[in-house]
Amino acid sequence: MAMPTAIATKHLTVTLETQRVLQGVSLKIAEGQVTGLLGPSGAGKTTFLRTLVGLQRPTTGEVEVLGYQAGSKELRSKIGYVTQAPSVYPDLTVTENLNYFASIVGTNQAQVARVLDDVRLAKQVSQLVKSLSGGQRARVSLAVALLGQPELLILDEPTVGLDPVLRQELWDQFHDLAKSGVTLVVSSHVMDEAKRCDALVLVRDGKLLATGTPTALMAETGTLDMESAFLRLVEHHS
Amino acid sequence: MSFKRTTSTAGRVLRQLRHDPRTMALILFMPTVLMILLKFVFENQTAAFTNIAPVLLGLFPFILMMVVTSIATLRERTAGTLERLMTMPMSKIDFIGGYAVAFAILAIAQGTLVGSVTLGFLGLTVAGGAFKLLIVAGSSGLLGMSLGLFFSAFAQSEFQAVQFMPAFAFPQLLTCGLLVPRDQMAKGLQWFSDIMPLTYIVDGMKQVTLYSTWTHDLIRDLTIVAVCTLGALVLGAATLRRSHK
Repeated sequence: MAMPTAIATKHLTVTLETQRVLQGVSLKIAEGQVTGLLGPSGAGKTTFLRTLVGLQRPTTGEVEVLGYQAGSKELRSKIGYVTQAPSVYPDLTVTENLNYFASIVGTNQAQVARVLDDVRLAKQVSQLVKSLSGGQRARVSLAVALLGQPELLILDEPTVGLDPVLRQELWDQFHDLAKSGVTLVVSSHVMDEAKRCDALVLVRDGKLLATGTPTALMAETGTLDMESAFLRLVEHHS
Repeated sequence: MSFKRTTSTAGRVLRQLRHDPRTMALILFMPTVLMILLKFVFENQTAAFTNIAPVLLGLFPFILMMVVTSIATLRERTAGTLERLMTMPMSKIDFIGGYAVAFAILAIAQGTLVGSVTLGFLGLTVAGGAFKLLIVAGSSGLLGMSLGLFFSAFAQSEFQAVQFMPAFAFPQLLTCGLLVPRDQMAKGLQWFSDIMPLTYIVDGMKQVTLYSTWTHDLIRDLTIVAVCTLGALVLGAATLRRSHK
């Protein structure tokens, strides 16, 4: 694989209140692809994503993102981050939310209209966010992340609780973004979503299990689905 | 620091309140309603009302703004929106500045309303006149706002935040000279009240009640309150963290 690297971590360890949430994770994530970060809940996925965005400082080890050290000021306009719980203002309308964040990232009305269209919320623009369904709220949060046309999009469980049609639409959209050169890191605890990713990072108990394409990982483990491949990998490691 | 990000944050905070008319009404009208109540309590005792009304006019904005601001910023911290903003090109000063501008506008509106009603309809007369009274009432709201911003950093839940108000404000209320003149209190308590900002709001109101000019003490009081307000804002900005260890 000769793809340029968007993210590289070396011996990344994060200890939160004596608990080692990440234990020596070293990996590379390629540019312009959809990389799935898969593992059961409690595996350290969110903490890993937070270190990429710079919200969580590594206890030891290194994290390089788009050529900068994670948390660098330069990265603030290059990364879009969507947390698991939608981080938008429930007591504002969809448009008011988008307009506010647009003024912070320094973009215009046309871009607000575009992202709202992208996440299929054009009809809900004047509704208060708290009156929206969970899935719609998650899409408002995603729209905010898309505003600044980020080079790297980090999405923490973005498709949880969405209906299958919408989930399919979102994954199509992720791949469209990747085609236009955006790097996406998408976490999920649903192994089923693995096949929708270009590359995978499998984690468990804060440790890296394996990286590779879905087909390569299944071939290596001699399995036919990701669930079994994951189980096989866990056996190998213990 | 960016003027645009500060003003759009202030606009956003006010827009949130506009969608919550009940909170807006409480902020704007509660001190006025309390003053009307006070007037009825002291119905036949004009002298007593004249004594206590200006002091309470100084205290109400402080207490109210402190509670409202600390809850508002705490919500932002717990909802994850603050964290999101910290991953964006936004400085901490822009964030705190936005809140300060939004609540300063409310504090001034609140102070103007309660001041005008008390002087106009409730028949309070102060030697210093309406303008000075409004300045002290407004400063009190601003001080409450900045301390609320600062203290919200130490609260992990709304339960804690509302209790910080009595925990922090009541000791000041008891020692600020409202109940017992400060020079009659024990030395230790005098020292305590010397370093507490609310003391200077109450003293400022007393100056406005008694004297028609800008007394030396009034200017000193307002300066101390302004310094404390700015200091709390700077400390408030320092409590915002971009990343966790």
